[in-house]
Amino acid sequence: MAELLVWPALIAYGEAAFAYAGELRGPGLGGRLATWGVRIGWLAQTALLVVQAIDTEGFPWGTWAGALNLFVWLVVGAYLIWGCRPRYRLLGLAVMPVAAALLAAAWAGGGTGVATRDEPGGLLAVHVGLMLAGFAGLTLAAGMAVLYLWQERRLKRRDAQLLRLRVPPLEALDRLSARSALVSLLVLSCGIVVGLASFEQGDFDAAMAVTLGIWAVVATTLVLRREAGLRGRRFAVLLVLVLALVAVVLPLTHFAS
Amino acid sequence: MKLALVGVSHHQAPVELRERVAVDLDTAASLARRLANGCEAVVLSTCNRTELYLACDHDSPLDERGGRALVDLAGDEGAALAPVLYRLRDDSAALHLFRVSAGLDSLVPGEGEILGQVRDAFEVGATGPLLDRLFRQALYTGRRARVETAIGESPASVPAAAAALAQQVFGSLEGHSVLLVGAGKMSELTARNLRSRGATISAVANRTLEHGEELASQVGARAIGLESLVAALADADVVVASTSAPGFVVDVAGAAPALRARRGRPILFVDLAVPRDIDPALSGVDGTFVYDIDDLEAVVEASLAGRRSEALRAERIVASEAERFREWQASLAVVPAIASLRAHAEEIRATELAKAEARLGRMADDDRKLVEAVTSQIVAKLLHLPTIRLKEAAAAADGVVYADVVRHLFGLGEEEQQS
Repeated sequence: MAELLVWPALIAYGEAAFAYAGELRGPGLGGRLATWGVRIGWLAQTALLVVQAIDTEGFPWGTWAGALNLFVWLVVGAYLIWGCRPRYRLLGLAVMPVAAALLAAAWAGGGTGVATRDEPGGLLAVHVGLMLAGFAGLTLAAGMAVLYLWQERRLKRRDAQLLRLRVPPLEALDRLSARSALVSLLVLSCGIVVGLASFEQGDFDAAMAVTLGIWAVVATTLVLRREAGLRGRRFAVLLVLVLALVAVVLPLTHFAS
Repeated sequence: MKLALVGVSHHQAPVELRERVAVDLDTAASLARRLANGCEAVVLSTCNRTELYLACDHDSPLDERGGRALVDLAGDEGAALAPVLYRLRDDSAALHLFRVSAGLDSLVPGEGEILGQVRDAFEVGATGPLLDRLFRQALYTGRRARVETAIGESPASVPAAAAALAQQVFGSLEGHSVLLVGAGKMSELTARNLRSRGATISAVANRTLEHGEELASQVGARAIGLESLVAALADADVVVASTSAPGFVVDVAGAAPALRARRGRPILFVDLAVPRDIDPALSGVDGTFVYDIDDLEAVVEASLAGRRSEALRAERIVASEAERFREWQASLAVVPAIASLRAHAEEIRATELAKAEARLGRMADDDRKLVEAVTSQIVAKLLHLPTIRLKEAAAAADGVVYADVVRHLFGLGEEEQQS
């Protein structure tokens, strides 16, 4: 059953990714089709997660592939909050191809089935959930930062077609990406605290060190924004770099440990 | 009922002729009342057109009357006006009004002002059943075209483009301040456009303080000299420049301290001057966006091209609404026949019920209500399909023939003729 549900989610996310590319040519049908793709895909993935939770004994998302599956669901869920508004549709162009690719990777790694049997404690499950939610929020913040950089470039280049596409105002993107990063930081902090509560001597590994490093970088970025006026382009670039760090270093350290 | 339109517009007539027949709302109202004279009339007068919409239920040379009225309005230019008048009837007249209302007949496709002008003309007109329906549907068509297409969304002038760009950077302009550099006409228009979207004009910087004060008092700002300009930059979100200075009024070195004081907040420079007032090298500074007059005109041209492509979609909406109006107007031809048929059936029902009651004796109130309801339902059900078919036939242009057949078959109106 779970394996059957992954296909509609994958197909719908893939359709959304392509349809958002159509939205680039002009607002209209492409954007509407993409939004429906996101909605249907997210509902299918929700059903998939429910089936996994019911049919699996223990925590079904304890493996890297399972965690990726849950991570994609959180990212798309967070995107749906804004993505249904016409002005924010193009954010999907940054989010949905990544979501589709990661879900495919989760499927390939066996994270969408029910065979996984992992028996972590309740605290560890909460820790994993919070950490994934925090990283999902950071991904969304970075998605908005990418959209900011793209729109800022169009404004700088004085693109005559600038007003043809519905894109959120630069200030709104800057503000929203900062807020998303702040919320993610708070969720990450909670996740780290819960992780430390279930921490046993000798458990500390490279992945934990990298996670703490990422937390410190995000916190520093937000403090600099507040205290030193680090905003706009420089803030957006930093957020994208943070996500790149997460995307590259965290999996490497995870597999290494 | 006949509908006629006589008018003059920017398509054929130069402004010298159009201004002779342009009327204000009060004159439009009195002219409509005078032209109606037992019929219906609406006078639509905008800067691009003056049109008379006339409707009457008897054969009347409507367009002749309208044409004479416009020629009289033109006075000594009447002879020059006559050849450029256009005359449309029934479906064509309705289609024309729907196009006007949707902004498809305007110089700038989809311009927003026309919808309000059509509404004003309708409200002061001498309307009856036909023009009331026509203008209500025209207003609906205009709104529909703007909601379902993007024909009215993009800016169609340089000041509107500047304001739209400011919204691309800041979103809502509420709480954002604008600094005007120079007190020219273009600055004023741009300032008004920005104000209409919620921005506050904080200061007008001008070489001659008196000129600056004049504009500043109009837009609710303070006037400052050009020497205070750099300090004012620190607080402004949008700078609109249009001086006649020979060189840059704001350059990178001069603006640097003010931009530093902004702590990364974005700033938009709109340079409407030739030669330019704002150093284009400023666009290399983080968070600073510089648009000159050529950039703005390119944005306007691109958005007008977008409007023209949307106009094709709006034309389809107009055509479907015109078809709906035609069907409604055609159905008017069979309405009297339908009304007669229903009245005839009701008369038979009431007579037969009275006869039955006389035979049966007086019925109890509840029984009587039941029999009334049953017989009324039978009549309604019997007549439902013929009514629908008659209306469909009217829409397909066979309505009059069908109406005659119904009158003949049921003997409608024969008793009146015999008496």
